[in-house]
Amino acid sequence: MRLKSLLLSCLLFLGITHANAQSKKDTASISEENDLMSMLNADAPTTQNNFSTATFKTTRIGNSQSIENVAKGVLDFRISHRFGTLNQGAIDLFGLDMASMRFGLDYGISKRLMVGIGRSSYLKEYDGFIKFKLLRQTDDNKMPISISYCGDISAQTNKVTLPDYEVGNRIAYMNQLLIAKKFSPKVSFQIMPTHIHYNVVNTKKEPNDIIAVGVGGRVKITNRVSLTGEYFYQLNQLDNTTNSLTIGIDIETGGHVFQLIFTNSTGITERNVIGETTGKWSAGDIHFGFNISRVFTVVKPKGFENSRTKIW
Amino acid sequence: MKKLIIIFAILYGTANASFAQKYLTRTGKVTMFSSTKLENFESFNNETSAVLDSKTGDAIVLVPIKSFKFESALMEEHFNENYLESDQYPKADFKGKITNISEVNFAKDGVYNVKASGKLTMHGVSNDINILGTVTVKGSAITAVSKFTINPNDYKIKIPKLMAGKVADQIEITVNCIMNQK
Repeated sequence: MRLKSLLLSCLLFLGITHANAQSKKDTASISEENDLMSMLNADAPTTQNNFSTATFKTTRIGNSQSIENVAKGVLDFRISHRFGTLNQGAIDLFGLDMASMRFGLDYGISKRLMVGIGRSSYLKEYDGFIKFKLLRQTDDNKMPISISYCGDISAQTNKVTLPDYEVGNRIAYMNQLLIAKKFSPKVSFQIMPTHIHYNVVNTKKEPNDIIAVGVGGRVKITNRVSLTGEYFYQLNQLDNTTNSLTIGIDIETGGHVFQLIFTNSTGITERNVIGETTGKWSAGDIHFGFNISRVFTVVKPKGFENSRTKIW
Repeated sequence: MKKLIIIFAILYGTANASFAQKYLTRTGKVTMFSSTKLENFESFNNETSAVLDSKTGDAIVLVPIKSFKFESALMEEHFNENYLESDQYPKADFKGKITNISEVNFAKDGVYNVKASGKLTMHGVSNDINILGTVTVKGSAITAVSKFTINPNDYKIKIPKLMAGKVADQIEITVNCIMNQK
């Protein structure tokens, strides 16, 4: 008897709760939607580390390296021009009659590592560099900053009349840390402690090793245009050199990024810009210049073997 | 006595579960394809979440924008930075209903044609859409597939003049979700 009554009450109870649940579901589909939503959110995998992207538009801020690498399997063909100085006046069309240029190829070996080579017409300089991402800022700010290492070697090969002054003596090495933070989608900032070693310098009292600290940044004006700037402060320096200041505008179109810049540096490589700049902004030694970057996908990323994408 | 109640409770529980079955995936695939005379591009997303209530037909699909992969890294960056503005609008979602869910027999393997209608939200803009697709039942899993086109203009995605002719007005979206009982 007791058994029966217990079973009965049990049944009744379950029946009622079930009916309740049914009617609730039928009347309110909004709560159903919330139900599904909470289900989706419930055991959602903790979102994987999304690394901050596009801290800068391209791999250079203006003259100096930015925290950005070219993507894996991507080849970047870069042409950089620096015209003469504005204070050359109207006779030289404010420097436009003269130009020094560098063309280079950068390639992304992995997600973290890129390499590049280049040739500058100024002092006939050859350079090569590697850039490696040590730390990468994440969107959730668990990693608040990005750090990359950049190592560069370059040799000037223009003819000089000095005896026993071979190319080996004219090599310089650069070690640089790029410490960057993307504060917001629009504002990024970078600090660049730099060491440059010159194999041979002009006079005995000049240092073979110089240390400089650079700061750079960008502010996005629109989605496709941003304002950039960079400044290198030399802690010790070669004779008659000045600190390099560059101000620029990045404009991006489909596959290109154009960078229009004003700078007091004539050279385009790091050792030149940071350690061998002689122009003074105050004296009007301002070069107009531009960088053009065109990227090519050399190695298709995984999963695109049979894609309908055509890139030629 | 106690045993009986327990057995009864278990029976009740399973019966209830099969009543309102839900299907879920976190690895749904969404493909985006744009084709013009000048340029084709295709992009894949394998991190789409979707959930379907087999009884009511209610469905939600969540598409993380940053998970779209492009063949060209630069294109991927521009897609996120300039077009979909994924920092501001990290997800696209579809909230709606399979309107003829009663025609799908989840207990029997087979391919069923379905219609769905609901709201598609992306880039901060919501539009009502009606789409056709199929639900394939195989054992305890279902595969939901749909192909439809969307116009970037409808979602206030601006195509700059320079790129006009390279991005199609009608972008083909293919959704393919293999969903398991939950």
